[in-house]
Amino acid sequence: MDIDLSKPYVSGTQDDYVVRSCAWSPPGDHPVGCGVKLHVKDGMLIDVEGDEAHPISQGRLCVRCLDLPEYVHNPQRIIYPMRRVGERGENKWERITWDEAIDEIYEKTKALQEKYGKQTVVVFAGTGREATLYYCPLAFAVFGTPNACFAMSGFACYGPRRSIAYYLFGTGYPEVDFAGYFADRYDHPGYEVPKYIICWGKQPLYSNPDGFPGFSIIDMMKRGSKIISIDPQVTWLAAHSEYHVQLRPGTDAALALAMLNIIINEDLYDHDFVENWCYGFEDLRERVQEYTPERVANICWIDEQLIYDVTYAYAKNHPSAIQWGLAFDQTSTGGQAGQAVLSLMAITGNLDVPGGQTLGPRTVFLGKWRFDTAQYLDEGMFDQVRIGQKYPGFLNAMSTAQPDELLKTLETDEPYPLRMGFFQSSNFLTATCNVAPQRWYKALQKLEFNVVTDLFMTPTAVALADIFLPLASHAEHVGVVTPHFGRNLHFMGAMNKALQVGECKSDIEVCITLGKRFNPDAWPWDTAEEFFDEQLKLAFPFGLDKLQHDITYSPDLTYKKYETGGLRSDGKPGFETTTGKCELKSTIYPLFGEDPLPFYKEPHYSPYSQPELAEEYPLILTTGGRKLTSFHSEHRQLETLREIDMYPVVSINTETAAAHGIQDGDWVCIENMFGHAIEKARVTPLIPERIVHASHGWWYPEQEGAEPNLFGNWKSNINTLLPNSCVSALGFGSIHKDMICKIYRVDSLDEFGPTGGLFEEGRWLYPEYGEEHLNG
Amino acid sequence: MDNALLVNYEYCFGCHSCEVACKKSHNLPLGEWGIKVQETTPQKLENGRWMWDFVPYITEKCDFCADRVKEGKKPSCVQHCLAFCIEYGTIEEMVKRLGEVKGKCEILIPR
Repeated sequence: MDIDLSKPYVSGTQDDYVVRSCAWSPPGDHPVGCGVKLHVKDGMLIDVEGDEAHPISQGRLCVRCLDLPEYVHNPQRIIYPMRRVGERGENKWERITWDEAIDEIYEKTKALQEKYGKQTVVVFAGTGREATLYYCPLAFAVFGTPNACFAMSGFACYGPRRSIAYYLFGTGYPEVDFAGYFADRYDHPGYEVPKYIICWGKQPLYSNPDGFPGFSIIDMMKRGSKIISIDPQVTWLAAHSEYHVQLRPGTDAALALAMLNIIINEDLYDHDFVENWCYGFEDLRERVQEYTPERVANICWIDEQLIYDVTYAYAKNHPSAIQWGLAFDQTSTGGQAGQAVLSLMAITGNLDVPGGQTLGPRTVFLGKWRFDTAQYLDEGMFDQVRIGQKYPGFLNAMSTAQPDELLKTLETDEPYPLRMGFFQSSNFLTATCNVAPQRWYKALQKLEFNVVTDLFMTPTAVALADIFLPLASHAEHVGVVTPHFGRNLHFMGAMNKALQVGECKSDIEVCITLGKRFNPDAWPWDTAEEFFDEQLKLAFPFGLDKLQHDITYSPDLTYKKYETGGLRSDGKPGFETTTGKCELKSTIYPLFGEDPLPFYKEPHYSPYSQPELAEEYPLILTTGGRKLTSFHSEHRQLETLREIDMYPVVSINTETAAAHGIQDGDWVCIENMFGHAIEKARVTPLIPERIVHASHGWWYPEQEGAEPNLFGNWKSNINTLLPNSCVSALGFGSIHKDMICKIYRVDSLDEFGPTGGLFEEGRWLYPEYGEEHLNG
Repeated sequence: MDNALLVNYEYCFGCHSCEVACKKSHNLPLGEWGIKVQETTPQKLENGRWMWDFVPYITEKCDFCADRVKEGKKPSCVQHCLAFCIEYGTIEEMVKRLGEVKGKCEILIPR
């Protein structure tokens, strides 16, 4: 393509130029939007450097952007539309044109919808990538189906936390104040760094969660912030923290309730804030009495004194802030832990103050459009036909179908058959955003027609795709980066297009292309530029040209908006909840069958809740810790990054490993009643004896892609050990972080062959320990 | 005039950006590094805290990014480090900085 050299973000000549941009995806990350300088020579991306002028990243880059050229020009990448030839799973394809692909999608979709109804289509999307902005509009305004689905059990990534914040405080996501809103950052007048930052169930340094730039933790440590780590493992951050609470996985709610107990009983709370801005304090006071530090220390496997120490550090040093992580979405009573942690933030007076928790402005860029696309659904579809009616607390907070219920619908055809799948940029058969992938795999075979959009032929694409549409990387398309998916937008960045590879299109371009064919009224834009320009002007006093010119936009932040009316749509002081206050006791939860106050219950699977099972599976399994060398199942093709992290790793305590005859570097099988996975042993004293941590997201692009091997998809698939439907009364949550297992040494990754008995009839149902047991 | 890197490894959390930035700017093949991050053996101290650090070292391949520095840029590892814990300058400047910077430090000189 010709680059427009007159654009302010381009410098150089037609054959050799640099484009300044902000990175998002693909390849994935959450919307961090780090500043990049993309160097293109003779049509190839040859080098990526950090942009020193970027207010957040200031020239820094992680290894995934530094290695972007290896990704963009990878020989395994698919850069033209493909049609399957031969059977599903044979990995045989022929190149077709976009017109042929769109024609075939249109005709097959229409035929299936005529036979089974519009709702027979499901649009699946993954986590974190830009596609998360578009899968609901794609479902609603292109296919006319109410069923968009993030296949993660209980939507256990961010959705639960943001829904809890929305239900209890009526706000976006409360984030640590890292001066991200200000162009002059930490020097901004009136800003101060948090005195203590609690990193709770989260490793921001390696995950850049939801667009929070993890390295900001280091920036703040250098400026005097002290860290409290709450994590079962000694992470690097824990080793460099003032306090480390090495709690048992899944007991976070108990710990948070004990902290509330101390703060309330010792009168360490902010009386003014509680009196004026909180609802339900006396009920909370009564509830926390049963969570004494002595009792909770036993539950959490920690010292009682440590609970007092961290509570005093947090409550007596103002301002302080809490980073609450994925553990709140992926443990048995994680939702209750989140509720208790929000109460901690509120009653200590740390909400919306400098160095506390920021509460974003109400405007959510693209949010109104995304929600409004539901108008293109037939009457009643969104409210009554969308799958998940069992969980009104879920459907009320989310625009998607409830994923655990959708899996059951696939299996049973109740309440109606699902027969077409559109997989927008998600490889969820690998151990990423799912549980029981072997169960999903079998259920998904029912779909008569599937479209997969991605950059590589993934296990999901090989197993399911009939049509494959090639996606553009973030260097190859126009876009806008919205940290926290707009729900606490500390800055916004322009994604500027530097080059064209093959016939790849971005997610929004795929939507527009399909939309023009299926429902042109809903898709009036001809280009992504037109789309973003119009959307920006709806929410901000500027359009795309200005954002591209400036590269970033810093919205500035006013604090204590609950005093000035900035948090409510009617402009009155207070919070956007039924009571107008921070609801320490929820007024809405009882409508959904949920306890209005936070509580702790033993994990679904633990040595105490399942003592008989625990005799065979004595270790606690926690999963999902992140590495900078990959985004979930992405980046496995890149030799430079595989050189750093070659294989999935299971962390085992030194004593435990010795007792099992396991040495560092051995292949180890992690197994329980549902499934198994083989990973490399990391033998270390940094994890407690009774806990193991296993990596997720592993497949092997260097291996055979055709079934049954499917790029080794079933060899290290840790999510095969996790069952469906371990969700709260609201329909949220999962147990990726509080499961049980056993371990044993094996000779190789191929010990059990390609599938290893994972598909034996009924294995993943285990009636005696399955859903019936849990619901009882 | 001899130059050096100062690494304030108090803040190195093992992101590997220095390694990959160096590889890309020097076009190094797999198995070769100009700078590499080592992990120390974790030790539990008497006060219950853990001593466990990531510590970068440089190899003969390191030329302090002479080409980049000529263009007025920082060495690639210095610019891209997520912790901003690497500094570059003359040996005298780095020794002076050693007295100013808090926490664990090392000075790296490839000779």
